[in-house]
Amino acid sequence: MAELVAVIASTHHPFYYRASTATGEDRPPFADEWVRKVEAFRETLTRARPDVLVMVGSDHFHQFWLDNMPQFLVGKAPFYDANWYNEEREFGLPRMLFEGQEDLSAYVLREGLDAGFDLAFSNELRIDHSITCPIITLRPQNDLPIVPIYTNIFAPPLPRPRRFVELGRTIRQLVESWPSDRRVAVIGTGHLSLELGGPRQFGPHGPDPEFDRRAVEWISTGDLEGCLSEVTLDSLHLPGNATHGFMDFMLMMGVAGEGRKADYVDTYDLFHTMEAYFTWYPGGWP
Amino acid sequence: MSKYLVNKFLFTVDRDPELVERYREDPVGTVAWWESAWANRLLSCHDGESSSWLRFDDAEREALAGHDYPRLFELGAHPFLTLTLFIAMFERDHEALGFQTEYARRLAHMSLPYPDIAT
Repeated sequence: MAELVAVIASTHHPFYYRASTATGEDRPPFADEWVRKVEAFRETLTRARPDVLVMVGSDHFHQFWLDNMPQFLVGKAPFYDANWYNEEREFGLPRMLFEGQEDLSAYVLREGLDAGFDLAFSNELRIDHSITCPIITLRPQNDLPIVPIYTNIFAPPLPRPRRFVELGRTIRQLVESWPSDRRVAVIGTGHLSLELGGPRQFGPHGPDPEFDRRAVEWISTGDLEGCLSEVTLDSLHLPGNATHGFMDFMLMMGVAGEGRKADYVDTYDLFHTMEAYFTWYPGGWP
Repeated sequence: MSKYLVNKFLFTVDRDPELVERYREDPVGTVAWWESAWANRLLSCHDGESSSWLRFDDAEREALAGHDYPRLFELGAHPFLTLTLFIAMFERDHEALGFQTEYARRLAHMSLPYPDIAT
């Protein structure tokens, strides 16, 4: 069976690429420290020596629209183009191309359906910055095949937080039962407190530092039940109107497991939103 | 209320560089043209098929034609769509992050719970 060699949860800050590549007067004062933290985080994936990456993210109204909106979707294609015109325009993100691990996609779809998740699928998926940002930060050489999994954290009605956790648990079971000798890492990205298009956006830090502190505590200690007891679709409006992306962190807590402390934790308090990086090694520190 | 249609306007304009410029320069004309030419297009369907019933209400048409993003927020337009498109149109007129902070300031009268964005 395949081996789950790393579970990684991260924010996906679309400004990292531009900040980290800027030079001279264009380079923001926070860039050097940000790069240092990202490179240390990257090492946690590198040392796990993965062969395949399962990438959990969320389409930001790029390919998926309100006339046909999937709740959970698995890409099943030999290749995935990536990043969109408006992401080039606003964030300076490059166009990218990924290779797909199509047999694992097929396995996740078949077994996921049988496990009770009515997963949508796509045979022609152009992925966006929720998946390309962690490739840029964690695997910039982009040399590994991927299985993209999209969640709807964006267009209500949304699945409830517990459903994200359950999907995370199921993804782990499916990876670990995949008849293959490959080494798999599951990487998912979301948000801590975040406001987009509202009065609390683009402040000197995230809109709710207290939520961020508690969220980092939940994730780093694996306190899934504590998190589930307090986080609801309604409560997530309070820390910021885009905070439902936190449910992708909850999904990754489901992958990592109840009570499983993260093996690596780091944060970086930036304007607009806090960065947060977590790595678990299911088989122990490599 | 046709929040869906307002979102559809923001979504379709935002993804087309020529429409972004056209909406920036001529909001009244662009909204009128879009409502007649685009509102009933099925976006993920073959050409030649369309819907028949979609139209803005007066408040929505006025807010779009006036570039009135605080009003769009009040009407429950999806804030990510509004923000992304308006950054594309007006960030260039400000210092770095100046438009984003002005945007927040112009919404400062809004308090929780924000208008429902469900469609």
